[in-house]
Amino acid sequence: MEELNITSAKYVRGLSGELVSVMIVVDGETMGVPMDPANRHYAEIQRQVEAGDLTIADADD
Amino acid sequence: MSKAAELAALIGSQTALSNRNLIINGAMQVAQRGTSTSSVTGNGYHACDRWKFDTTDESTLTISQATDVPSGKGFANSFKMDVTVAESSVASDDQTFLNHRIEGQNLQQLKKGTSSAESVTVSFYVKSTKTGTFCLELEDKDNSRHISKQYSVSASDTWEFKTITFDGDTTGTLDNDNGESLRLKFWLVAGSDFTSGTLATSWASITNANAAVGQVNAFDSTSNNWLITGIQLEVGEQATPFEHRSFADELIKCQRYFELIGYALGRAVSTTQAEVNSAFKVDKRAAPTITLKETSSAIAEFLRSAANITSLDSTYNSQTTHCGNRLTSSDTGMNSGELVSVIKPDSLAADAEL
Repeated sequence: MEELNITSAKYVRGLSGELVSVMIVVDGETMGVPMDPANRHYAEIQRQVEAGDLTIADADD
Repeated sequence: MSKAAELAALIGSQTALSNRNLIINGAMQVAQRGTSTSSVTGNGYHACDRWKFDTTDESTLTISQATDVPSGKGFANSFKMDVTVAESSVASDDQTFLNHRIEGQNLQQLKKGTSSAESVTVSFYVKSTKTGTFCLELEDKDNSRHISKQYSVSASDTWEFKTITFDGDTTGTLDNDNGESLRLKFWLVAGSDFTSGTLATSWASITNANAAVGQVNAFDSTSNNWLITGIQLEVGEQATPFEHRSFADELIKCQRYFELIGYALGRAVSTTQAEVNSAFKVDKRAAPTITLKETSSAIAEFLRSAANITSLDSTYNSQTTHCGNRLTSSDTGMNSGELVSVIKPDSLAADAEL
């Protein structure tokens, strides 16, 4: 029942250049979500991506 | 036998003298997100820490940390739901409940999935405008199993004490990790998808229709309130007196899942942006989600006057112990490399809830 209403999503690179998090906007609020499967927001992002409901934009170079 | 001796014998017979309450913030003392949220229509953590409200119905609520408590029991706060828009027509798939989620590594003493599986007892004080039958469900999230019991609210708007015992489950061990293994669900509204079967009063594989049989619609009028406090979940077949903990102890337990950040240190990376790092007061359950909570005069640079944070641009690091974030300031005169500190209380939030 988490079902976040995500209106945008974009990867973020860490200081070493690897992908580390996803910035999402939910009901107008910006959230920085680490790519940790134990994080409930990231689990929901993965669910929406796998369902084809969400596309995550590439990180800035 | 004196009352004290009876209590000592009872406690000694089944569980520990301290740390026996598996619920965090059962007395509703801690409310880091604020003491009241109005116009609640969707899922989320509101008011009292660690208590998640999940809903699919059409009602609207004000959820608050209230001071209405049962008399003479030592409680100062309760969790209150005030219906501002009623759920007048419950759909078949409606499911609304207040729930508490517990990590598997904190539940190993239940010995679930073994021949020695322990019974557990839930006790609480409830005050509801709506009288009648309510359901309390335990869900094993690791093995998709559940058990559910009914309790009755006899008198409207009157504090009542309830105690419900659930048998131990010899099937399905709980994972010994930081994931959610057990969910305690106080049902409030249930559609026929969740009421049309036979209540699962013994542990069984989850069947939705058996989850909340008999559940009344607690939100069928804007006159309705539902309040709860003193929630204890303990090993054994008897409820013992509520284990009151200090505010400081309860806050630390809550901060494993949610913490407000008031201090960060870093450097400017442009005229308007800074990258700042914060250490958490308490290690998190998992890498937390970061949000910006306070935008008023939240950023102050060394050798400069205070300015506001206008946005959270990126979270470039989030670990269980610390986080790093790029923020934009209303100050447009920063110099790259300049030392920057954020010193506003509650400016960021770290959320590692289950």
